[in-house]
Parts: sequence; structure tokens; C-alpha cells
Amino acid sequence: MRKVSRLSRFNVASLALGLAFLYLPILILVIYSFNASRLVTVWGGWSLRWYHEFFNDRAMIEAAWMSLRVAASSATIATLLGTLAAVALSRGERFRGRTLFSGMLYAPLVMPEVITGLSLLLLFVALNAERGFWTVTIAHTTLTMCFVAVVVQSRLGSLDRSLEEAAMDLGCNPVRAFVAVTLPLIAPAIVAGWMLAFTLSLDDLVIASFTTGPGSATLPIRIYSEVRLGVKPEINAICTLVIALIAVVIVIASLASKLSSSQGESAAPL
Amino acid sequence: MAEELPGTDVAADTAAGDAFPVAGQPLLRIEGVAKTFGTFRAVDGVSLDIKAGEFFALLGPSGCGKTTLLRMLAGFEAPDEGRILLGGKDIAQALPHERPINMMFQNYALFPHLSVRDNIAFGLKRAGMARADIATRVAEMVALVKLEGLEKRKPDQLSGGQRQRVALARALARRPQLLLLDEPLAALDKKLRESTQGELMELQRRLGMTFVIVTHDQEEAMTMASRIGVMKAGKLAQVAGPRELYEAPRSRWIAEFVGDVNLFDAESRLRDGHRLVIGTRDAGTLVVAEPREPVGAGKLSVAIRPEKVKLSRRGPVSEAGRETAINRLDGVIADICYLGGTTTYKVKLDTGGIVQASVANSARLDVDAYSVNQNVVAWFTPDDCMVLPS
Repeated sequence: MRKVSRLSRFNVASLALGLAFLYLPILILVIYSFNASRLVTVWGGWSLRWYHEFFNDRAMIEAAWMSLRVAASSATIATLLGTLAAVALSRGERFRGRTLFSGMLYAPLVMPEVITGLSLLLLFVALNAERGFWTVTIAHTTLTMCFVAVVVQSRLGSLDRSLEEAAMDLGCNPVRAFVAVTLPLIAPAIVAGWMLAFTLSLDDLVIASFTTGPGSATLPIRIYSEVRLGVKPEINAICTLVIALIAVVIVIASLASKLSSSQGESAAPL
Repeated sequence: MAEELPGTDVAADTAAGDAFPVAGQPLLRIEGVAKTFGTFRAVDGVSLDIKAGEFFALLGPSGCGKTTLLRMLAGFEAPDEGRILLGGKDIAQALPHERPINMMFQNYALFPHLSVRDNIAFGLKRAGMARADIATRVAEMVALVKLEGLEKRKPDQLSGGQRQRVALARALARRPQLLLLDEPLAALDKKLRESTQGELMELQRRLGMTFVIVTHDQEEAMTMASRIGVMKAGKLAQVAGPRELYEAPRSRWIAEFVGDVNLFDAESRLRDGHRLVIGTRDAGTLVVAEPREPVGAGKLSVAIRPEKVKLSRRGPVSEAGRETAINRLDGVIADICYLGGTTTYKVKLDTGGIVQASVANSARLDVDAYSVNQNVVAWFTPDDCMVLPS
């Protein structure tokens, strides 16, 4: 608390400006989601009408359900693959081409989504895969795996290598040592990585629209197509729900990450 | 675990001496062990025997290969050459969990997510010990290292000294045939280090176990170990007891590494009965006792430990000093360093060199102390000099 009081007026002003820049639009969206009026820009008093409307909108609910399923499955697969990659990268210090491998793993972090989406579309077309739930899930796994790897690898990097050696010294074979000592210690980072992957998948519009098929639109796709026909107040309500969900997940992820860093010596990301 | 090595039976009875192989045979035999990292030869052909019940110290500056050698004993590195025999069985290529050897790590490597009790029980559970036996053994270990009442704490709720004890208890719990200690006291402050040294020695004696400790601290090695192996650039430079190492180092480098020493390069030498008369540039002519092992033809140095150099205002009373070949060097006090128990005087010799003399402060009042610029005679007997190859 003492730190806050030490902020100068300039700091306070710039902080307020920055936060306003980030959150004012969202705040307005949240407020208008409780608007009773049919017109998006006219305030007509408080109401839960549009939330009610959303829960009766079958197509929208289906899209939301699809999004949640895609997010959960792709996050799970990405966490598994990302963790394995992170372990390989931080353990196999001496293997050839390690730099190239880690570079290739992290490239999707900075790759424009349009390119990722387009290349995946071409792949699925070439494979003659029926586009729908699984193609979107695979595409999102590709997108989010590297984020998981980054989170887990930085945790592994801060972990004392001699812990695993001590476990081996005390009678564990290398696999046992990993499961008994390393895994519990990096578990918070793995959880954080899963949450991150989940929210990224839930957010994504570009890659999903490239890789999805007819009848299996995700929530962002659905919202986007609705908005093109004019913004209905219902969209505000849906967006508010999504924001709430993501906020909860991100808070859990950062708590998990904090827990992870308080157990070890140095901090994990997030 | 493919096959049980002798002594892996952690459930064996408490009498620690039982697990050891035949007396007289070395427990551990290291034969021509070498390890290369890239182009760097970290350990370069080390051979060494360690007997059961010994407290052996590997001493050397950082980068001399002592830690690599220890890690090869623990199984974290495999030697490129040579054999490591434990109780007659080659374990050089065995994995860490297949060896009846445990290690105490420099940073303790306690499992942060486990309590003190679970840390100590970790190795016992892996060995498949019965639940009740584990509880008994853990209680025994906790009592041994005096950690009663802290069993449920996590490592980050312990002080440095307590963590060190947990690490020790965890390493001892499996009753290894050989306990390796990697700079076990480096993280402790001086007072705690000294008391822990005593406790480690007492523990080792009581359990009759074999300890191999790695340290860069020569005082620590001398205090605790019954034998010391000094390592330099991947090779064992000398293996000896503490006293022999200090009073009869095999080379100039060892003399300088272990304790303080005055060194004078020899420029000429003459044999005179059982003595050598050595001409030096810095300290004139010195008479030294002939070493037990004859000196070679190479360059020599004369070395005298500072506490062997006596100071007096007039020199030895007997003018027969010349006859009995006492070395007397005239000079003036150049610098005084008061250390409490002793005072170190730097004497600038008339011949140009500097000799350090360490004098015990045996009286509380400084009536006998010297002052800077005072003329003194530094003297020492031929027996106090060591002749070392450079």
C-alpha cells in the first residue's frame, strides 16, 4: 500500500488514462448490456431483457457451447503437447538443433493469424478433412501450444536441477523422479498454461473462421456475423458473459502462477 | 533395479558397521577415472582407495574436478575411462538409484512441496520399506539431527542450519554404504559452520559410516577429515593426513594452497652432511634439513610456515647459533596485522625479501609486541624449512 501512495500525480494521471483507454469501451459495453431499450445507443433504463433473449436464442447458445468445447479440448491437447515440448527443450540441453527447435516452436507466437488460418485451411482441404469441430480444435491447438510451452518452460528453467538428481539419488529412476518431484512443482504453471490456451481459443475469430465448416460456428464467428447485420443489444449481453468468463479464468491462471512462483525461487510469467 | 548391491537393504538392522564388506579391503576403489567435457579434461586419471569408516576430503580450488569426481561416485556423470569399485563391484556405469550411495547436495535440494518428514521418508518409500518401519526410521533420523517438533514444516519454513540437517537426515535415512557431501557447510555462517563440523565428525564416528566430502575450504578439510586428497587440474596432487599435508606438502603449489607460507626460490645448493645449504636471492643463504625423499635436479624453493618463524630483538641468545646452523635473518618490521589470537608481522629483510612471522599473543598486555620500523631478527631452525620442487 505504501507503494501506491508514493506514486506521483503524473503517474496517477498516466495510469488512469491508460486504464481508461483499455477499459472504458468494455465498461460501456457492460453497462449497455443491461439496457432496456431496443436501440443500442439509447439508454432506456436497467433490465436483464437481453440476457433472457440470449438464453432463448438457440443458434447463439449452440455457438457458445461449440466454443466452450473447442476451447476445453484444444487447451487440453495443447497443454499436453506444450508441456512435453517444454520439458524436451529445458532438459535436453545438449541435443543438436535445440535453438532451431525452440525457434520453430515459438514462431506461431508472432505469426499473423491470417497466415496460420490460411495454411491450416489449405492443409485440411488437401487432406480432404471434413471441416467442423475437430478442424477448429486442431487449429487452436496449433495456435495455443506455444503459449503453454513458454509458460511451462520458464517454470522449468527456474527449477533447481539438483532436485531431480536428489530424487534419483534417493532411489527414483529418471521417469519416477520427474513424476514425483518435477511434475508437482510445475503443476501450477501447467494449470496456468491450460487457462491461457482456453481463453485464447475462446477469443479467436480469424483462425476459427478459416477452419470451421457450415453448421459449426464458434461464438466469435456467430457474433461477428450478427453484428454485420447491425448490432443487437443481445450481443452486448453475450460479450459481457464472455468477458466475465475470461476474467475468472485469467484470475485463476495468475493465482496459479503466483502459487507456483512462491513455491520455487524465482517467478513464473503472467 | 536390476540387482541389489550390498548394503542397499535399507531395512537392515541399526548396527551400521554390519553392512560393510571385509575389513582391510578398501570400500571404494577408484581406478584411473577420467572425464572430459568437450575438450576440457575435468578429471584426468584419478586413482584412489577409500577404506570403510574413513572421513575423506577432496580439497581443491574451484574447477579442479573435485565436484565432477564426486558426481561420478554418485552416478550423475559416467566416467569416460577407468573403474569405480564399491565393495569389489564396478559401479562406474550404474545409474544413481542403483547405487548404495547417497549424496548431500550443496544447496541441499530439499523437495519444496514436501514436509520435513516426507523429505526424509522419500528414499525409504522408494526402497519399498513397510509403513511402520518408515515411521520408526524417520523418527530415528529426526532425533539424530535434532529436528524434533519440526517434522510437519516445509523447507521454506526452516532456517539454513535446519535445512542442512534435513538434507543430512534424508541422505542418511537409507543407510548408504557411502555418504557423499558436496560443500555441505558452504551456505552456513562461520559460527554455525564450526559447530556443524563438530557434529558431522561426531555423527560419522558414531555411525561408523564412510564419508567423502568435497570442499574448497582447507581449514574445513583439515578439521574434519582423517585423510585429504588435494586436487589440481583434474589430478590428485597429494593424498595425506592433515598434518602431513601441512608439514610435508609435496609441492610448492600444495604448500601455498594449504595454509600460509613464506617461499624463497633457490639459486644455488650445496650438500653439507645431512643438510643442504641453499642460496636464495631474497633471504641469503639458508640451511635446511635434507628432505626424506631426495630432491631432484629441478628448481627448488625453500618454504617456512609463518608460525615457525620466531622473532626476537637480538636474535638467539647463543652465539653458537651459527654453529647449530640456525637461520637468522636481520630486518625491520614493515607491517603488523593483529588477529586476536595471533599477530602476523611482515619483516622486511636486509637482503631484500619479506618474511611473515605469526606470533601467538600469549600475554594479555602487549609488553612483548614489536612496532613498525623496529629492527628484529627472524630466525628458524633447519628442520622447520621445507624444500619443495617448484
